[in-house]
Amino acid sequence: MPRTDSALAPPRSFVWSRRVFLTLLTGFVLVPVYVMVSSSLKPLADVSGKFRWLPSGLTVRPYIDIWSTVPLARYFMNSLIVAGAATIASVAIAVFAAYAVSRYEFRGKRVFTVTVLSTQMFPGILFLLPLFLIYVNIGNATGIALFGSRGGLILTYLTFSLPFSIWMLIGYFDSVPRDLDEAAMVDGCGPLGALFRIVVPAAVPGIVAVAVYAFMTAWGEVLFASVMTNDATRTLAVGLQGYSTLNDVYWNQIMAASLVVSVPVVAGFLLLQRYLVAGLTAGAVK
Amino acid sequence: MTTTALKEPVRETSPGAAREPRPRTGRIRRIGLPYLLLLPALLLELLVHLVPMVIGIVMSFKELTQFYIRDWGTAPWSGLGNYKVSVDFDAPVGEALLHSFFVTVGFTLLSVALCWLIGTAAAIYMQDTFRGRGLLRALFLVPYALPVYTAVITWVFMFQHDNGLVNHVLHDQLHLTDRPSFWLIGDNSFYALLTVSVWKGWPFAFLIVMAGLQNIPKELYEAAALDGAGIWQQVRRITLPSLRPVNQVLVLVLFLWTFNDFNTPYVLFGKAAPESADLISVHIYQASFVTWNFGTGSAMSVLLLLFLLVVTGVYLLFTSRGRRAADA
Repeated sequence: MPRTDSALAPPRSFVWSRRVFLTLLTGFVLVPVYVMVSSSLKPLADVSGKFRWLPSGLTVRPYIDIWSTVPLARYFMNSLIVAGAATIASVAIAVFAAYAVSRYEFRGKRVFTVTVLSTQMFPGILFLLPLFLIYVNIGNATGIALFGSRGGLILTYLTFSLPFSIWMLIGYFDSVPRDLDEAAMVDGCGPLGALFRIVVPAAVPGIVAVAVYAFMTAWGEVLFASVMTNDATRTLAVGLQGYSTLNDVYWNQIMAASLVVSVPVVAGFLLLQRYLVAGLTAGAVK
Repeated sequence: MTTTALKEPVRETSPGAAREPRPRTGRIRRIGLPYLLLLPALLLELLVHLVPMVIGIVMSFKELTQFYIRDWGTAPWSGLGNYKVSVDFDAPVGEALLHSFFVTVGFTLLSVALCWLIGTAAAIYMQDTFRGRGLLRALFLVPYALPVYTAVITWVFMFQHDNGLVNHVLHDQLHLTDRPSFWLIGDNSFYALLTVSVWKGWPFAFLIVMAGLQNIPKELYEAAALDGAGIWQQVRRITLPSLRPVNQVLVLVLFLWTFNDFNTPYVLFGKAAPESADLISVHIYQASFVTWNFGTGSAMSVLLLLFLLVVTGVYLLFTSRGRRAADA
């Protein structure tokens, strides 16, 4: 970066204020993470009595017990299926829609983009109950069980990430030169050929970013999961609360389960965050 | 937003189309293809967002209590009855809604301001390379990457009266309070909620501002440095003005997300939120599912949507006017 030249080195006041600010912020960010990790390794007595920064002894017992206190493996599987399917479907649908908006002129284009984006502002609570009624009625009419099933949750979640995904991919696709796909079409590719051979490969960072976002949205949603699932289809978002409704609150187990549930998402996010920043730079904030 | 867009003429004369005439080959396929590509997205948006919204609006005019849930179509019409109940601020229902509304507005403004401030400051401080920058950036994104419920559950543990970290530090270690405080009930719960919301929300602002900073041309800084502008001046004169378009969207998105946030208060307090932290979406959820009065709940949701529409419209009007004035 140009400003790291010694002649243009930032002044002391800047460096010191940066040090203080970033140190405080790191503390603020890290304390809950530390509490989660350390408490998950503490014996029950440590988390039931006064808080202690250092465990009196380390134990992996909570990590064994979490699987039997509540059916965590089943919740995990449900979340994995729901979030995985919602992500794949959401990304595929967004790619097609963004390609149409980015490459074609057609009637209703603006109406489409504005409508899709404005769904972002709907309070979830407004369509929770109607959606519940629709799913029940579709079930009664066609026998397709959407309410209480993973399918219903997948459908719901994929639309949650769809507006942002389409919006971001439009920006990203716009940055892929049109000449490239027109050249491909001259060479005999159809529009879909051009999409998959030229545009999609060039927009991989944007697509990865959108996939990460879609997965996180589905993995973390609580409101619809709490109403639309039953014992068999319960996801982690609701299932995790099972530990705290018991008479004895096993905080060490709750923290262990939280950590187990978080690690796949956080690890995936941190590995792919470069793409997200690159995708946002090229797409959303351009 | 939606309504104004729908009234606009559909025919678009876009500059892109006018600039270069398209090849004539496969014209019919070209006309149909974009719609075909949009179809899945369109159907799903209809099924999950638009149709439910319309049904929600219809429901708000019905007397939809638990007796009619099985067959909601047969519920009697109540005209504006649900709305009258919701905005009758002298009666308990309306009074509670108004209170919840003010709590939500206060909470949202504070949370958005803090998230924006911390996120922007962190992004600007981390614009230059220094040792440990990559690690710090990854670390700062952790609160955002954590699933909401695991993050909030951890805070619930920290806010516990007897065995939580917060009371241990404030009371036992720093002796700031006479006795351990309650954080998840009573007046303190507002601050607890705000803390969790900011902790969870600021990295998003950080992420967006960081991305926005990369689009500012380096030459601007170099020119400013040659002209003798110090780093603080560069931040004030170049960075912040260049971020304005990014901030316009960022602040709006943060506002809408925070205002509509259900997950954080729901996991933090459970179904019964304390009065001082009674956010509107949980309030409506309770009004609907705890009392089983979906008509009133729907009316409240519609009022909430109207409020957000107005705020968004006014906001966009003012910010884009401001931007145009600044550009001119």
